[in-house]
Amino acid sequence: MKAAVVVFPGSNCDRDCRTAIERSTGAEVAMVWHKETTLPEGVDLIVLPGGFSYGDYLRCGAMAALSPVMAEVKAAAGRGVAIVGICNGFQILCEAGLLPGALIRNEGLKYVCKPVALEVTNAQTRFTAGYAGRRQVTMTVGNGEGNYYADEATLERLEGEGQVVFRYVQNPNGSARRIAGVVNDRGNVLGLMPHPDRAFEPELGSADGAILFQSALASA
Amino acid sequence: MSAQPAKALAETAAEFGLKAEEYALIVRRLNREPNLVELGVFSVMWSEHCSYKSSKRQLGKFPTKGAAVICGPGENAGVIDIGDGQACVFKMESHNHPSFIEPYQGAATGVGGIMRDVFTMGARPVALLNALRFGDPGHPKTRRLVAGVVAGIGGYGNCVGVPTVAGETNFHRGYDGNILVNAMCVGLADADKIFYSAAPAPGLPVVYFGSKTGRDGIHGATMASAEFDEASDEKRPTVQVGDPFAEKLLIEATLELMASGAVAAIQDMGAAGLTSSSVEMAGKGGLGIELDLDAVPQREDGLTAYEMMLSESQERMLAILKPGREADGRRIFEKWGLDAAVIGKTTESGHLVLRHRGEVVADVPLAPLFEDAPLYDRPWVAPAPQPRLAPADVPEPGDYAQAVLTLVSAPDMASKRWIWEQYDRHVMADTLEDSATGADAGIVRVHGTRKALAVTSDVTPRYVQADPYEGGKQAVAEAWRNLTAIGATPIAITDNLNFGNPERPEIMGQIVRAIDGMAEACRALSFPVVSGNVSLYNETNGAAIPPTPTVGGVGLLEDYARRADFAGMHGGQHLVLIGETRGELGCSMYLREVAGREDGAPPPVDLAAEKRNGDFVRAAIQSGQVSVVHDLSDGGLIAAAAEMALASGCGAQLNADDELPAHAWLFGEDQGRYLVATAAGDALLAAAEAQGVPARIVGAAGGDELAAPGVFSLSLARLRQAHEDWLPRYMGG
Repeated sequence: MKAAVVVFPGSNCDRDCRTAIERSTGAEVAMVWHKETTLPEGVDLIVLPGGFSYGDYLRCGAMAALSPVMAEVKAAAGRGVAIVGICNGFQILCEAGLLPGALIRNEGLKYVCKPVALEVTNAQTRFTAGYAGRRQVTMTVGNGEGNYYADEATLERLEGEGQVVFRYVQNPNGSARRIAGVVNDRGNVLGLMPHPDRAFEPELGSADGAILFQSALASA
Repeated sequence: MSAQPAKALAETAAEFGLKAEEYALIVRRLNREPNLVELGVFSVMWSEHCSYKSSKRQLGKFPTKGAAVICGPGENAGVIDIGDGQACVFKMESHNHPSFIEPYQGAATGVGGIMRDVFTMGARPVALLNALRFGDPGHPKTRRLVAGVVAGIGGYGNCVGVPTVAGETNFHRGYDGNILVNAMCVGLADADKIFYSAAPAPGLPVVYFGSKTGRDGIHGATMASAEFDEASDEKRPTVQVGDPFAEKLLIEATLELMASGAVAAIQDMGAAGLTSSSVEMAGKGGLGIELDLDAVPQREDGLTAYEMMLSESQERMLAILKPGREADGRRIFEKWGLDAAVIGKTTESGHLVLRHRGEVVADVPLAPLFEDAPLYDRPWVAPAPQPRLAPADVPEPGDYAQAVLTLVSAPDMASKRWIWEQYDRHVMADTLEDSATGADAGIVRVHGTRKALAVTSDVTPRYVQADPYEGGKQAVAEAWRNLTAIGATPIAITDNLNFGNPERPEIMGQIVRAIDGMAEACRALSFPVVSGNVSLYNETNGAAIPPTPTVGGVGLLEDYARRADFAGMHGGQHLVLIGETRGELGCSMYLREVAGREDGAPPPVDLAAEKRNGDFVRAAIQSGQVSVVHDLSDGGLIAAAAEMALASGCGAQLNADDELPAHAWLFGEDQGRYLVATAAGDALLAAAEAQGVPARIVGAAGGDELAAPGVFSLSLARLRQAHEDWLPRYMGG
């Protein structure tokens, strides 16, 4: 099992993702600088970490989506490799066109950091299979622009195709239909605002995030 | 060099904040009049902010050594040994004046500046704290200042990716015209890879890297050393603008450059920018330095030498590289997209020499700038002692339930959720306790180990106001107590001494006596000072702030599994009070919030009892005997019980005292006390008795009410509503 974490200028959860994957799965994790034009051979999971790539200037994720490595990430997505974007990584995946919708300014206009209860809306994806039988999991959010937005037709399609994977029990940021995480139509690209990379050991308040990384790599 | 009439320059010197006698001293030291650039350099280096000219004699009273101290005051930050070849680097610093003028940027750049002090020494920042003092909630500026400061702290810290794990927020009319924003940063480094600022040898390249230099923040250090008046808003252009993204790149590039082995000495450009960084590096090394200002990366055309030397543009570093290592620098700066240039070299001259556009624009000896800054032994008068209040001197409340609700919803006591939910407390994935979790200190793991750092920030300004000596002792003792209450071994402190104008003898008296008290507590508790910052002239129109010597404490948990919080209380436990209660209501939160008075002497701190009680509690936590502990501070026993009940979701019943009236028993703020919840209360009492520690069972946990039978009872729901509602309602107002 092999995972890669992409590091953009301004990423600040890159080490957290590495630690979370290593401790929850034992997988080897390569850190990939955003200017690279190749990904490690045989990589089973690519993670775009949270943070403030390019300072979130212009629009969250907009500049990172144009980084050289993103061409390889898109190609890997096309080959069916598992890709997870967390927080800023989710924003980058939306900006790169790998996931539908956008993340806009929180309804309360403030950054919000707190633990949130999540419904696992679809436990049949390759990222959530390990949650089968769990109705609720806990992770923390930390974002100023985590308010998921998409037009009604897109939302209907996402719901109908089972692409809504996580839903907030209590909406912390105004996200449409309380959406916290979605997958692409092929089911191999996941974006979510809550942080599984901060919930991989009980002493962090929750180990529920570990299951996500375990599932993603078990499916590889 | 330009020749300007002496009279005009002397006037300019006054505008720069130099006294006439200080200007005369410059002329004597130089044997000539300075030019404008040189005058600017002298004025910032001799500002209180850079020279500590009013406080240095007093600061010398602090104990600064100890078995765990690797580096005490004098460098960018203090360094302590935390075992296994690891070190903790930390410091607290104020950004009071800028935050009052421009709250978002003032607070943001305060966070940025303190982080640079820490990573400049080779440490990766791992935790942030902040101590905030605002004016009365009813003051027309307060709400906007709270919103701006909190957004600025979050905007910077969240983006850089360092968790903000603890802090304190007070409101008092004494800060109406001069708020306090004190930010603390804690970092981790290898003990044998600490970097210092002293230039090691002549002939080495001086490298500038980070953001470009612009006109922002010129004379910021001078502004920070002056009083305020109505025209202070005009000083907005002297407030710097922060770029946390640039700071994040700067951290990574700096740590990578250090790891490459290329760095001989390094210094961030903070207050007084290029001036203080170059003067300190060369001065500490006993060398000279020559800078070519044309090589400085500049944000705009036409910057003068004066502007470049005085600019406080943010996110800039100055490094002296080892011979032949410029290529390492170039590779790393290019990777992180940072501007960089070799802007000069170290020399043997003992002078600071600046060249610009083909001319020498300044040539001054470093010694007077660096070490011969004026040193004042300012006259002071001892503060008038306040009378000790007996319980009978303070009226009981007509309605105890209402008094408890008033207390838990008072601005200083109410939940600060509205604030800390705007701070990323979890990034770096090592946070074990933070503002949200119900513990007396923030706790972050030492990455990859079983160890953890405990951090806290404390001072009770109303105590210091009434008795600077006892208040100074109490600030140190409370930091020690908060670390102890989670089971950590307290190691050292940083301090941020916020006072008014030291040229007034009564203010100088506060400074002298507060430092005396702090120093005594530091000695008694083996809790040395390793770094600090002095912020004087916190006055507006002649009204000084309440004296506020903030203490930032750091402690170590050898095994973070053996710790305590106050969120785990459950039914069936005894409530055991450690420490003595005489019912001290002077300067108490009850007196101010319920009785509407701010008088009397603060509770005295018996340092021997403090140490004995604390050592007992810590040992009980570390041995696994107890795990639910809360220190007693603002609001006394009832406030501690209320906070435990709310954090645990479990009620508590407190017994009456045989002798004290209920208000003194419940609200008294006697020091050196802890409330412990344990199922084995008798065993704890026996252990306490064996060690001569006062302890007694004062109640029981359980149910869904906070109550003192026969006195009052309140449902947790009502208590929680009172505690949680005040701040969001106020900020929404």
